[in-house]
Amino acid sequence: MITYLSNNSEAVLAALRQHIWLALLPVLLGFVIALPIGYLGVRVPWLYHPLVNVAGVLYSIPSLALFVFLPVVLGTKILSPLNIVVALTIYTVALLARTVADGLRSVDPLITESATAMGYRRFRRLVDVELPVALPVILAGLRVATVANISLVSVGALIGVGGLGQLFTRGFQLFYIEPILVGIILSVLLAGIADGVIVLIQRAVTPWTRFQGGRA
Amino acid sequence: MNLDYLFDAAHWDFSAGSIPQLILSHLWYVLLALAIGTVIALPIGLYIGHTGRGSFIAINAGNAGRSLPTLGLLMLMVTLLGLGLLPVLIALTVLVIPPILTSAYAGLRSLDQRVVDAARGVGMRPWQVLTRVELPMALPVLMSGFRSAALQVVATATVAAAVGLGGLGRLLIDGLAVNDYSRVLAGAIVVAVLAVLLDLVLAFAQRWIVSPGLRVSR
Repeated sequence: MITYLSNNSEAVLAALRQHIWLALLPVLLGFVIALPIGYLGVRVPWLYHPLVNVAGVLYSIPSLALFVFLPVVLGTKILSPLNIVVALTIYTVALLARTVADGLRSVDPLITESATAMGYRRFRRLVDVELPVALPVILAGLRVATVANISLVSVGALIGVGGLGQLFTRGFQLFYIEPILVGIILSVLLAGIADGVIVLIQRAVTPWTRFQGGRA
Repeated sequence: MNLDYLFDAAHWDFSAGSIPQLILSHLWYVLLALAIGTVIALPIGLYIGHTGRGSFIAINAGNAGRSLPTLGLLMLMVTLLGLGLLPVLIALTVLVIPPILTSAYAGLRSLDQRVVDAARGVGMRPWQVLTRVELPMALPVLMSGFRSAALQVVATATVAAAVGLGGLGRLLIDGLAVNDYSRVLAGAIVVAVLAVLLDLVLAFAQRWIVSPGLRVSR
């Protein structure tokens, strides 16, 4: 495996680079899109259940089907990386919109009422009080979405764009195990690192959660 | 791209490679993997949840399972063991185990311990506590794990066509290979509908097998 890596370091690094942005760009886009949708699911109570159901249906569509279906809808080329980015963004939104709604719903009404009593208007209250309090739940969802995206990118290799997934198809075509192993290990490592980074971010931005264990 | 392939009656006649036949072989892989995976994962998950021993296995299994790239696992197994149903089945089963194991564990752990203590207090043996109290009460959590396992397998069974197996992935892979996008579209639609329907069936099954007494406190 070491020999394979040293002989193909450039190809592997290029695959890794592509893998990283194909997986993480959708997380970012999906997060930004999911915030207002999730908020809407809380502000307009009757929207919550349709939101959860639509998200569930979207999330259950197999990735390969979505990858090949999107070019029809978007008019993109089948080999365009855009298909992967849009597909993974859809999955991320489906996962996070619900998490955001659940996170905001989990905020103790006493907290929101106190904030209102202190003179917070709706938007400032949302940004300064409700979102931070909901952050642990939202970030937990973000971890799941990130790890899932990183493992899903490889399926894109079947339609020609798949980051580390290209190592799988190459190894499979040559019946050669090294590239497949390298791809799996790098993909799992990447998922672990991304997950760890989000945990660190969570610790930094929600310092109060660390002391909750001591609360009566 | 158009819907011609999907609505051509010749593709619905149950002959080899027709859409109904591909649906059946797809479901066959899914059911096999789910059955084998459940037989392996459920007892382990219940044991860990019931005794509390080895919780770190249950917690980490979920994370590890989610981060494994399905395509890599599939191609690794086929490269190691050759073409055929067995390597694909192993890969699919490996994917089924983590969500079921973790949800069985989480289901038992999330129970109010006072209920378990009460069951013990009225004289139930450990086996009775597990089968009559813990398992029925953990079913909602357990079923959600089973449903995500089922979705995962339906999706990955699609990928199995890339390593020469049947199933609905054939329409996608073969269609792409000969630039027949009408076939690709038919495959994408059928497999998406199948996944959604299967989840719906499991959701109904869940309502049916979960005790009505647990429905209120969801």
